[in-house]
Amino acid sequence: MAEQQNEVSAGYVKTVQSEVSGKKAASKTNKDSLLKTVLIGSIIPVALIVLWEILSRAGVVPPNQLPAPTTILDKIVSMAQDGSLWGHVWITTYRVLAGFVIGTVAAVILGSLVGFYKKVEQLFDPMVQAFRSIPSLAWVPLFILWMGIGETSKVTMIAVGVFFPVYLNIFSGILGVDRKLIEVGKMYGLNTFQLVKRIILPASLPSFLIGMRSGLGLGWMFVVAAELMGASQGLGFLLVFGQNMTRPETILASIILFAIIGKLTDWILKLVEDRSLHWQDRVQK
Amino acid sequence: MSLALRDVSRTFNGTTAVKNVNLEVKPGEIIGLLGTSGCGKSTLLRAISGLDSEYDGEIEINGTVSKEIHDTTGFIFQEPRLLPWLNVLDNVTFGLTGSRKEKENKAIDYLESVGLRGKERLYPRELSGGMAQRVAIARALVTSPEILLLDEPFSALDAFTKMQLQDLLLEVWKKYQSTIVLVTHDIDEANYLCDRVVILRGQPGEVDREFIISQKRPRDRGSEELAHFKSEILESLDLNK
Repeated sequence: MAEQQNEVSAGYVKTVQSEVSGKKAASKTNKDSLLKTVLIGSIIPVALIVLWEILSRAGVVPPNQLPAPTTILDKIVSMAQDGSLWGHVWITTYRVLAGFVIGTVAAVILGSLVGFYKKVEQLFDPMVQAFRSIPSLAWVPLFILWMGIGETSKVTMIAVGVFFPVYLNIFSGILGVDRKLIEVGKMYGLNTFQLVKRIILPASLPSFLIGMRSGLGLGWMFVVAAELMGASQGLGFLLVFGQNMTRPETILASIILFAIIGKLTDWILKLVEDRSLHWQDRVQK
Repeated sequence: MSLALRDVSRTFNGTTAVKNVNLEVKPGEIIGLLGTSGCGKSTLLRAISGLDSEYDGEIEINGTVSKEIHDTTGFIFQEPRLLPWLNVLDNVTFGLTGSRKEKENKAIDYLESVGLRGKERLYPRELSGGMAQRVAIARALVTSPEILLLDEPFSALDAFTKMQLQDLLLEVWKKYQSTIVLVTHDIDEANYLCDRVVILRGQPGEVDREFIISQKRPRDRGSEELAHFKSEILESLDLNK
């Protein structure tokens, strides 16, 4: 009883303390659950890789069709040691990022204008929608014709791929901002610019980030297409090279590297998303 | 601040929602707009606030006729309408200008008076319905509006929170002497809070009757006089008439 009273009189300080210790406990359980997620998620892939290794060693699958996982790993390690790996990885990542930035910036500008101004929407949106229905890869020959086979045409292609999902999501994000929240801003006498900055932008951020993530995914898809068409370096070039030299381990090594870097960049965006959207009321599974 | 409505009507795509409403509100008066749903109470309030400017007639605030939003008007909506990406403190300071420190001190004062001291860092998703509405009330009051418009502000709350917040509203009113227009469909609420209750009726809604409640505050929620008003108001709202 006396203790209880103590707790009450300690008041604010006490609650602060319990909040801090609560946070510590939470981060510990977070770590535990992260470990658990990783463990559960790796059961099937690890089992498959082990099975694959065993089958390869037993000679069930011919190594010139499907080399063993260790062979592929050896290939990646040897490329890393002779230094060629970094060049390939860097140039591919650079192309994706350059295209991603250009495509996103263009989409943000056009998407916001179309979202804010009815006239701009009437002017541009039908055209953009029409262009969207063209499969973006169909542009490849034209771009190569216009810009040659160098970096410009590749980056442009990736930018085109990134543009559409980002544009659509920004546009719909702005249109989807709750009218009721805008009224709150109006009641406080905000002008249009302040409304955009303080209400419309934060409210459409979730949709913008979704657009960025799907845009990035498309960027990785398009870099493969661009590098398959003609490149002297890059992970896509490794694919073609492996095919021409009948070296499946090179192809598989390249595919695995694509998976790793693609996942890594998506994970960075996911982190940004989690940080900036922590306020969202999301379902906890 | 005084407020006057002259022949205010509002038509939505050919159907008239309110027709020829005339109303004079003295400075510091609490007016209740009471009526069944669909009689245009909220429509009228939105017209006064300036959020809706498509009405006919004149609305005069402190001697000037304008259809713009006045910066001395505060609005408490039926739902909290908090900005989900701001925490409680930032939501309350949203409409304020000045240095950050000043704004926050002011906001903390008001959070204290709505009983939410210590919850400044919570985000709207972490609040219960009653807490969120209290934040919304603090947000509207912190700018010390001279005219406060309330659109069924307590209708989604439980009976206890409701009574608590009604008393809070009266406290604030006593301190700042704001002019208050309260839209409600709760007769007890109107009786407890208002100096004058205006009954809107029909479709399109028109002013049907006015009740002046001169009883001194604090009022007894169970008093005979209020019960008498209630039965009279109920009678005048009777839809069979």
